Amino acid sequence: MLEKLSGRVFLFCALLSVISLLLIVGFVFYKGSHPFVAEGYSFLDFIFGMDWVPSEDKFGIFPMIVASLFATMGALILGVPVGLFTAIFLAEIAPKRVAKIISPAVQLLAGIPSVLYGVFGLAIIVPFLQNNLGLVKGQSLLAVILVLAIMMLPTIVTVAETAIRAVPKMYREGSLALGASPIGTIFKVVVPAAKSGIMAAIVLGLGRAIGETMAVILVAGNSLILPTSLTDSVRPLTTNIALEMGYAFGTHQEMLFATGIVLFSFILLLNFVLAKIGSKGGK
Amino acid sequence: MRKFKDHLLRGCLWASAFLTVAVLIIIVGYIFYKGFRLIDFNFIFGDYSPVGHGGIWPMIVTTLYTIFISLIIATPIGILAAVYLQEYAKQGRLVRLIRYATESLTGIPSIIYGLFGAVFFVTTLKFGMSIIAASLTLTIIVLPVIIRTTEEALKTVPQSYREGSLALGTTKLQTLYKVILPSAMPGILSGIILSIGRIVGESAAIFLTAGTVAAMPDGIFSSARTLTVHSFLVTQESGDIELAAAVGIVLIVIILILNFLATFISKRLNKADY
Repeated sequence: MLEKLSGRVFLFCALLSVISLLLIVGFVFYKGSHPFVAEGYSFLDFIFGMDWVPSEDKFGIFPMIVASLFATMGALILGVPVGLFTAIFLAEIAPKRVAKIISPAVQLLAGIPSVLYGVFGLAIIVPFLQNNLGLVKGQSLLAVILVLAIMMLPTIVTVAETAIRAVPKMYREGSLALGASPIGTIFKVVVPAAKSGIMAAIVLGLGRAIGETMAVILVAGNSLILPTSLTDSVRPLTTNIALEMGYAFGTHQEMLFATGIVLFSFILLLNFVLAKIGSKGGK
Repeated sequence: MRKFKDHLLRGCLWASAFLTVAVLIIIVGYIFYKGFRLIDFNFIFGDYSPVGHGGIWPMIVTTLYTIFISLIIATPIGILAAVYLQEYAKQGRLVRLIRYATESLTGIPSIIYGLFGAVFFVTTLKFGMSIIAASLTLTIIVLPVIIRTTEEALKTVPQSYREGSLALGTTKLQTLYKVILPSAMPGILSGIILSIGRIVGESAAIFLTAGTVAAMPDGIFSSARTLTVHSFLVTQESGDIELAAAVGIVLIVIILILNFLATFISKRLNKADY
């Protein structure tokens, strides 16, 4: 009797994560789709609209979508090479003593609350850009890119390192026995063999970058213009939600949930890509 | 030519690793340099006041509240869920669904959790902006962490333990409580430590669910701000980098202690294994 009951309880606990996911998706999509389903707003105008003026009933998030995509891509371009090379270094050529310093450093970098990256960005990166690029305001797309690139480093390093370490020793030995140099072996044999794990690392880093909010608010400048250069002040999707959720109500609030849906869609797309990579790696 | 290329690549590898460490040292160094002057007994244990830099005791208490409430809910649920997945379930569609849901939860950005918490716990369940609303949101955030680490820990418990115990005539439940869970304890503990780190570092979800009231909370139903939210708000509102950095020092020290504990436990775990 007790045995049977406990099995049920365990099952229920396990199902709670399914229930939570359904609730989250359900509530965000229900709230966010309401203006388009029931209030006659056009979804296309929402996605491709250039103006976001809640007081005048204008809800267009195209500049924010562009800002989010540019910021994430930029962070990727800077963060992936550095993170990947650090991972290769740790897994393949680092002397033990050096690795013993770097690994905890990466672990700490991963644990630092994201807000502090924003504080650092505002105190150091923003003034640096302002002074050296002659900007009126240092809070810019470039500042966001730099902060996000730093934040995605630990994710990329740890996941990619695990993937590279998982490559069987035989591969390396075979390559070396054929006369390839150690570095040639790493880049021509080991890295290609760890490709799916490395892709997963990049996608996870991407997820962290596109979802980051509080650090970005501090360095983005939050202007509502369509970014045309790295020095423009931007407002990514996440920032829009956090900045206005405090006082928004009615349609305005629902539009923030709709912004959340767009963000969610990007994440779902990433998860899908990740799952594809995972199943490929399994083969 | 090949030699040159090899040297160049090797140089890039060293340079990247060096850059990663340099970034960490600069960030942590800057925060300590900027904030350490403010750290004293009154700053840590004093009440908050809007004049000057104010104490941060209310924020520490709020942070402890959120850790305590979220873990007290998430830990048993997470452990039992992992037990179901590892010890009870027949592998099949249901288990795959649960795994998929758990993985998806990990990937959702915290601002989305914040949106959900704001509409579900704050508005629908009428908790208002409060510590309890934030803690329940955090519960969902750390649940996948606890499930995953507990599952990993359960996997390392040798099959012979289960068989030995069952052969002695115990029931499945007795084996679970007396044999399996105790030997999976170190792994479960490191999952809890990871979760504490996640809760301490979380900001966006808490910002939307607990609000920003800078005072000692009256209880779990009052609005309050955690350390991270405090650090964020003083930076955004008054540009008080010194204060933000001082709060940052407290946060980094907490993270360092948690990292140390996690390493310590996993070392003990490995020793026990071999």
